[in-house]
Amino acid sequence: MARGTAQQPQYTVNIAGEPQGAVTLSVSGRITLDNLNAFTAQARAVFSDTSPAKLSVDLFGLSYLDSAGALALVQIEGEAKAKSISFQFINATDETSRMINLIDRKALTMAPLISGRVTANLIEQIGEASVSFLNDIIMVITFLGELLRALMYSVLHPRSVRWNDVLFYMKRAGVDGLPIVSLISLLLGLIIAFMSSLQLKQFGANIYVASLVAVGMVRELGPIMTAILVAGRSGSAFAAEIGTMIVNEEVDALAVMGFDPIRFLTVPKVIASMLVVPLLSLYASLFGILGGMIIGVTGLDLSAYTYVTQTMDSIDTFGVVSSLIKSAVFAMIIAGIGCQRGFQVRGGAESVGASTTSAVVSAIFLIIVCDSAFAIILYYIQM
Amino acid sequence: MNSEQKTPVIVVENLTARFGDNTIFENVSFTVYKGEILVILGGSGCGKSTLLKHIIGLYKPYAGKVVVNGVDIAAASEEQLRQVRMRFGVLFQAGALLGSMTVAENVALPLSEYTDLSPAAINLVVKMKLGMVTLSGYENHLPSEISGGMKKRAGLARAMALDPTILFFDEPSAGLDPITSVELDNLIKSINAGMNTTMVIVTHELESIYTIAHRIIMLDKEARGIIAEGDPRVLKDQSTDQRVHNFFNRLPM
Repeated sequence: MARGTAQQPQYTVNIAGEPQGAVTLSVSGRITLDNLNAFTAQARAVFSDTSPAKLSVDLFGLSYLDSAGALALVQIEGEAKAKSISFQFINATDETSRMINLIDRKALTMAPLISGRVTANLIEQIGEASVSFLNDIIMVITFLGELLRALMYSVLHPRSVRWNDVLFYMKRAGVDGLPIVSLISLLLGLIIAFMSSLQLKQFGANIYVASLVAVGMVRELGPIMTAILVAGRSGSAFAAEIGTMIVNEEVDALAVMGFDPIRFLTVPKVIASMLVVPLLSLYASLFGILGGMIIGVTGLDLSAYTYVTQTMDSIDTFGVVSSLIKSAVFAMIIAGIGCQRGFQVRGGAESVGASTTSAVVSAIFLIIVCDSAFAIILYYIQM
Repeated sequence: MNSEQKTPVIVVENLTARFGDNTIFENVSFTVYKGEILVILGGSGCGKSTLLKHIIGLYKPYAGKVVVNGVDIAAASEEQLRQVRMRFGVLFQAGALLGSMTVAENVALPLSEYTDLSPAAINLVVKMKLGMVTLSGYENHLPSEISGGMKKRAGLARAMALDPTILFFDEPSAGLDPITSVELDNLIKSINAGMNTTMVIVTHELESIYTIAHRIIMLDKEARGIIAEGDPRVLKDQSTDQRVHNFFNRLPM
């Protein structure tokens, strides 16, 4: 990185004159950004070595000076003036003096208009975090209200919904996500069946592996895994898309043209997600059960027929319907939070990144909270 | 001075730019000499910015070559390209400051990467550069906290951080008010005069062109190449080409 100039300095500095008297500092050669450090150290020695009463800097032999070199000369001038030494540049060519004049001497000592950002102490940080957390909750609730109002409006005025966008996002969030959702659910089914069979084998209860996988996948893991995958794939994409639109002033443009940004941008995403995520979670359950069946047939001496019959016996309509409703609610959380985080973007690229991360983390957190609530509510309904 | 003006710094030879089947321009050749301000102009879509991006090595030429400071940009190795790029600065259309860094940190970035100066010395050079573009005091502002014109000037300070011998400007006065735009023109002129920096400027602001340009080359979309070259003040009155005459006299086609 350091471009070796120390071995062969491209400049020379000569000090002539009497100590405490008139001293001439002759500079020649090239003074540039590369040898700024060395030159400054060498030239400033004039003050300690001779402590002059009058200092002239002779620029006669100077072949090249860039703005950093000019800065070094202006620094010497400044130091001389600070020590009340009478100072002048002599034999400067037009080019050199133009360069020196380009340097705004006042700018070098001017204090910044705002002081640097100081990091707050621990207590302040805790306080700030609490305040921003509370504000965040308020903003999410406000957004939820606006979203519900916009959804109600869409239900009453179906023609106002941008159905082309809805189809586009259904493809993005649903169809394009199907392979990864299927693969992960299949593996999940395999793992659950394999791990549970190790325990159930000891009691000769192999057949209950089918029930366990069916109930687990349909009631909990199908919806949850799908929701987490969609949050990672689509929630983040929604936040990044709207965030970038905010940065490019596209959202302002929509508002000025008389569109409600929430109705225009959020509603299609929310409707599309609420339509496809339940379907995806059905697929997830199906592939999970398929994974369980692979273990059941190959490892547990169950026939495919027995496995399917046992699975059918374990699943009831209530379980399937409640898991579909749960998935739709998860979808609304994912799309809603994704869009809300997108709308929060202020500034530039960094903020888009932060909001994308926040969209995924908040969505997953809210999904788990919501799932706990569902577990309790469904338990009492079923009783 | 005259002999110095004749030192070629950038040589473009038979450059053709093509994306897919879409040819932007063909067989463009010109030379930029040391210390001159060359303005590339033309109507929208004629390939001004594309030409600039070819010269600074962001796009690879379809045919022909670009030689900057004796190095063929398209054939240069990574290390050669780095060496050449260190000697030039580019001011992008909106300043292109990094949003997560303060103005001072943006200007200090090339200094801390390419020089071995101490932090105190870097700080001083940054203050000097900000003083040159009349942004003293804005060290600790974030790019989002300053206006568009200030962002351009801060971008210029960053482009000039390493005292480049060549400066490229992509539409420096686009989107600026007339006063800020004139100030930027004056700044460009004083930097050119003070540091003898070679400058290549893409613009279509007529006022700027008359103030700052030593020489212009004009590109045209239909002709896919250069249709005029020379002093804009002379071209305005003497060009016989209808397109050039209309451009300089603000007449519709």
